[in-house]
Amino acid sequence: MYQYLALAAVLFAIGMFGVLTRRNAIGILMSLELMFNAVNINLVTFNKYIKPGELTGQIFALFVIVVAAAEAVVGLAIVLLLYRNWKGIDIDRINIMKW
Amino acid sequence: MDAFLQLYRDIVAQPVFYLLAFVIIIASMLVVTLKNIFHSALFLILTLFAVAGIYILLNAEFLAAVQVLIYVGAVAVLMIFAIMLTSQMASVKIKQSNEQVVVAFFICAGFLLSGLGSIPGTVWRVVETALPEKNALTIGKYLMTEYVLPFEVVSILLLAAMIGAIVLARKERS
Repeated sequence: MYQYLALAAVLFAIGMFGVLTRRNAIGILMSLELMFNAVNINLVTFNKYIKPGELTGQIFALFVIVVAAAEAVVGLAIVLLLYRNWKGIDIDRINIMKW
Repeated sequence: MDAFLQLYRDIVAQPVFYLLAFVIIIASMLVVTLKNIFHSALFLILTLFAVAGIYILLNAEFLAAVQVLIYVGAVAVLMIFAIMLTSQMASVKIKQSNEQVVVAFFICAGFLLSGLGSIPGTVWRVVETALPEKNALTIGKYLMTEYVLPFEVVSILLLAAMIGAIVLARKERS
């Protein structure tokens, strides 16, 4: 069990590094997917080792996958819109929501 | 049967796990560091496949199939589409990481070390029973009985995301 949790922690940390350092908005979305996968590995591991009687963890991971797909769709639509209106998807330059 | 299961765990599952973990870690590092964003999307696909393998090792076969179908089949292809549509941004000449790389590295390393340290330090109530057989069948039954409300809510969420993406991405007519 520990090995799976350790793998998930490593994957989450790598994804977090990507989110913090990427300038390309699509790169940030891809790193976000890595973090989702780390969380899903954790959920499935806990399902198998802590509460194997029912499949709550796997069903929750299923919902996480679906919500991640919805998030990717809307995120990439926003990225395309930014590209069309700003001629670039550099997150550092897009600060109109900052006050 | 138990002896066979033990043999399987020792001989097959451990090396396969370490192989998959190696692939996941190397490929995900390439995803976050490569200069060519298209290549990192390809390594993202490799990572997602290896995570599907981890699900199979954890006896979540249905989830592995869903992972390949939705993540590799839909999300990754969507990412590649978006990269191609914004192809000017994918050029290797543009710097792909910002100036907080060093700080971010130390933050993530600290987070990782604290996480790895807390895993053995926690008391886990491990239960040694097997998961229900017929994984997909059981998940389907749960989705239609106990979790039917979240199931329906998630369908509305998908519809909303689809309409939202269409509204956002279409060209405005003046």
